[in-house]
Amino acid sequence: MDVKVTDNRDEVFSKSKEALTPEIVAFIEDCTQKQHPNSHLINVLHKVQGHFGYLGKEQLDAVAQLLQVPTAKVTGVATFYHFFRLEPRGRFVINICLGTACYVKGAERVCERLCDELGIHVGETTPDGMFSLEGTRCVGTCGLAPVVLVNDTVFGEVTPDQIPALIESHIKKAQAMEKESVV
Amino acid sequence: MNNTVLSRYEELAQHAHTQWQQSGRNDKIIIQVGSATCENAAGATEVWREFERNIQASGRDDIILHQVGCTGRCSREPIVGVLMPGRMPVKYQRVTRDSAHQIFSRHIQGGEPVAELTLDQTMPRLKRQVILCEARHCGTRGDEDIFTVFQDEINRAGLDPEENTLIHVGALGFCSIHRKMISTCVMVRPENTVYFVKDRKDVQEIIAQHLVEGQIVDRLRCQEDPISLRFFDLYGDAAFFNRQTRISLRNAGVINPESLYEYIHYNGFRALSLSLSNGDPDWLVERVLESKLRGRGGGGYPTGRKWKDAHRHANDQRYLICNADEGDPGAFMDRSMLESDPYSVIEGMIIGGYAIGATRGFFYVRAEYPLAIKRIEKALAECRKHGLLGQNILGSDFSMDLEVRLGAGAFVCGEETALIHSIEGERGQPRIRPPFPTESGLWGKPTVINNVETFANIAPLLLYGSDWFASVGTEFSGGTKVFALAGKIQHTGLVEVPMGTTLREVVYNIGGGIPGGKQLKAIQTGGPAGGVIPAEYLDMPIDFDTLGRLGSIMGSGGMIVLDEDDCMVDVAKFFMTFCQGESCGKCTPCREGTKRMLEILERITMGKGEMEDLDKLERLASLVKNTSLCGLGRAAPNPILSTLRHFRDEYEAHVKEKRCPARKCKTLIHYEIDPAKCVGCTMCARNCPTNCISGGRKEVHVIDQVECIKCGRCFDVCRFDAVNRK
Ligand SMILES: Cc1cc2nc3c(=O)[nH]c(=O)nc-3n(C[C@H](O)[C@H](O)[C@H](O)COP(=O)(O)O)c2cc1C
Ligand code: SF4
Ligand code: SF4
Ligand code: FES
Ligand code: FES
Repeated sequence: MDVKVTDNRDEVFSKSKEALTPEIVAFIEDCTQKQHPNSHLINVLHKVQGHFGYLGKEQLDAVAQLLQVPTAKVTGVATFYHFFRLEPRGRFVINICLGTACYVKGAERVCERLCDELGIHVGETTPDGMFSLEGTRCVGTCGLAPVVLVNDTVFGEVTPDQIPALIESHIKKAQAMEKESVV
Repeated sequence: MNNTVLSRYEELAQHAHTQWQQSGRNDKIIIQVGSATCENAAGATEVWREFERNIQASGRDDIILHQVGCTGRCSREPIVGVLMPGRMPVKYQRVTRDSAHQIFSRHIQGGEPVAELTLDQTMPRLKRQVILCEARHCGTRGDEDIFTVFQDEINRAGLDPEENTLIHVGALGFCSIHRKMISTCVMVRPENTVYFVKDRKDVQEIIAQHLVEGQIVDRLRCQEDPISLRFFDLYGDAAFFNRQTRISLRNAGVINPESLYEYIHYNGFRALSLSLSNGDPDWLVERVLESKLRGRGGGGYPTGRKWKDAHRHANDQRYLICNADEGDPGAFMDRSMLESDPYSVIEGMIIGGYAIGATRGFFYVRAEYPLAIKRIEKALAECRKHGLLGQNILGSDFSMDLEVRLGAGAFVCGEETALIHSIEGERGQPRIRPPFPTESGLWGKPTVINNVETFANIAPLLLYGSDWFASVGTEFSGGTKVFALAGKIQHTGLVEVPMGTTLREVVYNIGGGIPGGKQLKAIQTGGPAGGVIPAEYLDMPIDFDTLGRLGSIMGSGGMIVLDEDDCMVDVAKFFMTFCQGESCGKCTPCREGTKRMLEILERITMGKGEMEDLDKLERLASLVKNTSLCGLGRAAPNPILSTLRHFRDEYEAHVKEKRCPARKCKTLIHYEIDPAKCVGCTMCARNCPTNCISGGRKEVHVIDQVECIKCGRCFDVCRFDAVNRK
């Protein structure tokens, strides 16, 4: 049988690089120079998610190409770990801590109120793309339980009553940011 | 002996001291502001900025704003300390921008501490404090109790007891210095002089000379610094702290976690220099064995033995890993340690690397801890710059480097073999042991994995002596354990106590008991792999073995206090939900078993359980426990087994009477308005999300039970106690 070998390596590589940022590409190239390059896969995925907010199909393919790891493995790793997201998320990601200390201090009711006010379930994003609601494992501030994170900001000792104001203040924040960018 | 190492270290230490002197720390005013995830969540960054603004506006150049980590006093954060030369340090709690401004104008500028803002109502007017070590091996106390003698003599000398207080502390950690144990260790603040006191005569001399005249009694003075001197100097007057024994957390809340020099100033890396100059890894392993240090990550395996195992397996390459995955969803001591004193963990790791002959080491850190990651990275870079990491550490022939690898939110990755797979860039699934990692671990090479806290204990046990370390704990387990105390407890936070301390001491004397006059029901230890300890076992000493006998485990140190409002079936369900979600799916008993057990628990909490379900649950639990591949599956049934063992009556109430005794399980409760108490304020009706409460103004309100979704909002908002949960 005739096997036709086409070398489209360069093309694939440059396409892969386009899907990522120059810094991430540089980081990956740096990793490939090290001992056990594959072992850096998780760190690379962190970098990608840190920039894009989630791991898109295109990015996963690009990482696989540049790090020379099978796509199946990249996907396997990306889906195994809870921290990685395969879908884009809202502008504000509200994370409710589902750790023990927060559970004991009534996180469940805070969570119910969040679902109620946002009209979505945990794991969903509001139709306007403003909020995503997620559950997270203990964030290590159990002393302040129950804890809610909005993006990276921690709110401690949250009561269900505070939820409407919390949401409102973030909507205002988004509006203010928009106004600024228009000016 | 390798003298190059020692002289290199002395050079560094000298440099650190010079920096310290030059910063003018001994004669300036220092404002300490905590900085850690917990502190920042409580608003510490704002407070920092407020002080910055105030200092700038005042134009004073004799004030230092000092960043420290967290002390572990979570429920009172942000904490601010004001240190004025020659005076007792004053700490403030729950500082806000407003109170920061007040502290600045009244205390810093005006010279008068703001009494109402101080931490734990410590007395700001305090002039002197005498701290007595109460450790069980400290002093024979002769015929007379030194504490009472001090009390007597202070009264007799006519000193104002408001200004000169006397307290006991858990252990000052002087014992290493004074092994003969014939006298009691006493520390006098604010000079922080340490005395050895034998009898009434000594006491009289200290009072007459030191307390009255302000002259130090050289005859009785101890020349060396005990391990937690600085910690007690700063926090000794707060009840929460002075019952603790701070060894691994000795620097938390004391030093700037981002400053290598401060760490060195407090004896940092001295243990490393001693280890390297000694030049004999076997000697190190022997010391660790002698200290009876057992792994703090949960299993409690003797650390010295683990190191010895790895060393025994000849290989060209060995690895060392610090497990900072902290997966127990109710624990935060490792985070706090890494954020407040990263160098101490790094020092322990380098020493460990030297002991087992590893040239490469890894920090496996949860991605959920960004500040900890940042501080480790920074500390590693500083260490490299100063020859404490990299080629020829401190001029010795030992080379090692450390790097950070991130977890990605999988609890199972805390398990050793899963963690190794994760560092290799794979899915974090465990494999069968043996071979144990000490024989074949990372990339097939001998690997030692230890917990953060285990490493943080290494330097102290070498500096203060392995026999001292062993003497702090119990017969089979040396040193202390840090607990993350949370749940229904007055003072949540980090508590470090000697192994063998009773639960009562931790929950009541340190933690301040249960808030709101509620009854303690149980204490949960060991997280999802652990169990509950009912209130009647409060006097149990805490140790690996005792907790095991009660059907729980020590675990990594999560300690959750449960009160009468907590339903034990629901607690078991909570942990089972966690384990089921975290099961990696590799082996059937765990994957399927956790699911089935969870289903049964759900049935029971919904009032659909049968008595057979309890037997089924027990059978399934022991099956999963005995046949799962890794520790996750093997421990997952523990919360069920232990709640069934100690609280079977609660299960039976759910099943037989369809009743939740703690009134927690939603399906089994309902809300009712008491017509005798309702005044018709309409508050509940306005807050009900389903509008199912009817009644006009000044009329008795009624809940429509069909429409009610049991959100409990009416219960929360009624100010007349008229809504009942039944
Ligand atoms: C499911 C599971 C999760 C674990 N999570 C952690 C963890 O988060 N941190 C930790 O130090 N050890 C954890 N361990 C224990 C480790 O496997 C290992 O025993 C420990 O890190 C060894 O260190 P040590 O001897 O210093 O305790 C976990 C074990 C299991 C089975
Ligand atoms: S016991 Fe559970 S977590 Fe462990 S290997 Fe089996 S399925 Fe995975
Ligand atoms: S809030 Fe209380 S007092 Fe007011 S109407 Fe409702 S039940 Fe009655
Ligand atoms: S349990 Fe919520 S922060 Fe730890
Ligand atoms: S004070 Fe930092 S952990 Fe709570």
